[in-house]
Amino acid sequence: MNIENIKLQFPIFSKKINGKPLVYLDNSNSSQKPVCVINRLNNFYKNEFSNIGRSIHSLAVNATNKFEETRISVKNFINAKFKEEIIFTKNATEAINLVATTFGQQNIEKGDEIIITELEHHSNYVPWHFLRETRKAIIKFAPINEDGDIIIDKLKELITSKTKIIAVTHLSNVTGAIVPIKEIVEIAHKKNVPVLVDGCQGVPHINVDVVDLDCDFYAFSAHKVYGPTGVGILYAKKKWLERLPPYIGGGAMISEVKKEKIIYAPLPEKYEAGTMPTAEVITFNESIKFMQSIGKDNLIKHEKEITNYALEKLRKINSVKIIGNPKNKAGVIAFTIKGIHPHDIATILDEDGVAIRAGHHCCQILHEKLNLTATARASIGIYNTKDDIDVFCKAIENCKKIFDLK
Amino acid sequence: MDLKQLYQDIILEHGKSPRNLGKCEGYSHEAKGYNPLCGDKVHVYLKLDKVKKVDGLTFEGDGCAISLASASIMTEIIEGKTFEETKEIMNAFLNMIKNSSEIQSDYLDENQKTKLMSLSGVKQFPMRIKCATLSWHTLVSAMEGKKEEVNTETVD
Repeated sequence: MNIENIKLQFPIFSKKINGKPLVYLDNSNSSQKPVCVINRLNNFYKNEFSNIGRSIHSLAVNATNKFEETRISVKNFINAKFKEEIIFTKNATEAINLVATTFGQQNIEKGDEIIITELEHHSNYVPWHFLRETRKAIIKFAPINEDGDIIIDKLKELITSKTKIIAVTHLSNVTGAIVPIKEIVEIAHKKNVPVLVDGCQGVPHINVDVVDLDCDFYAFSAHKVYGPTGVGILYAKKKWLERLPPYIGGGAMISEVKKEKIIYAPLPEKYEAGTMPTAEVITFNESIKFMQSIGKDNLIKHEKEITNYALEKLRKINSVKIIGNPKNKAGVIAFTIKGIHPHDIATILDEDGVAIRAGHHCCQILHEKLNLTATARASIGIYNTKDDIDVFCKAIENCKKIFDLK
Repeated sequence: MDLKQLYQDIILEHGKSPRNLGKCEGYSHEAKGYNPLCGDKVHVYLKLDKVKKVDGLTFEGDGCAISLASASIMTEIIEGKTFEETKEIMNAFLNMIKNSSEIQSDYLDENQKTKLMSLSGVKQFPMRIKCATLSWHTLVSAMEGKKEEVNTETVD
């Protein structure tokens, strides 16, 4: 697939926003959907709908097969060993909560330690905080340096005999820092500590091979990978999923129910209770195919080119400050403009059809560390072009004009 | 939507150079306000005289142009007003922000009305309404002597 024309695959770009062509730079939040994904969802509801699982009529069998096909596609996409290691949840947040809750129940006692980092999204902090409340666990934060990179040596020093798990992002949704997961996993495994990776920003923008990373858990969402909302994915090594207790109880996650005892279903059903987002999971297969048709390497190359172009242009604009300067940076650019609050920037840019995000991006710990209450953030996706960046930078100039900045 | 209506000169000017910034001397009341959606913070300091009229109103805060301008204009207008008058003005202000382009209040002169009406453009930007109302809720909270921080998620 030709990346230059990829915008044509996304119907939303034929719409006008505030009378202007849409320049969508909020991809770290969520991505737009290509026509193949939209059509798949529509088609499934129109022609194929059935719930999956127990029924044996033709529609149910087809839906069940298609559902499992997505599981296999996901497995191949992130290079997992077994399809049973892929669990569907409602979002990545639920995937992390699943691990925190079940792992916590089984392995966390009073005084046990959990290591996270100052880069984490709230969804990779709050679930662990619950264990601080319920199990009296201790949470330690691996610090970042001025560039926005995790200081690996400091993280290493935090590991003690009490450390039970390390939870870390693959790619910062603020600074764009790509975290050396493989290195962290090696350090952790030497001390027999498992690692959970928040891969929400990783999967859409960089190569992910869970066998190579050797992480124990990897969580991400479909909607950031040009897929539908309502689907999260938890990859976990089989040994963990077999060992940990179930999370949500109900139909489908059981194999036998008696008055005196219940036997849980085997993997992956053990963790998929109740009606799943059937149509969305089936649709997600199209997103993966879409990503594969572009090729991850092409995607990375394209996004890098656009990111570098954006950074170069932004650096030339007076008063603009780019937040963080990590060693390896993906297409997430948090910035401030001296004299204009990020929310004013976002409102003014929106009038020019430019969608960015402003705020703390669910990373209050990081913003506090950087001594900022809020930042503006432009995040790159596969469909962004140099023209988009030109419009974005022009809108920033307009912003400065309104606020009478030189 | 019209950006010029939102960012009128008076708002930009107050946003850039907010009036009555800091702690007022001998303040008797104070309250904090927080907007968790955007991280805007405001801290209102208030001194009431013997007949319970505002005899000093200042604020400290970190926020966007709309929130700083709203707080700044508020401190100018509420000076000398009683608690009842302040509440009435706030309700008139909230009504304008949500429903009308004009403000109706017997306690405001034309100049004050014009200043407050410069914020009426916010209504076209629903995500920004709370930026304009945070300082007002915080002021009323200070007057009522409430201990809890005002949170825009729990007030209108």
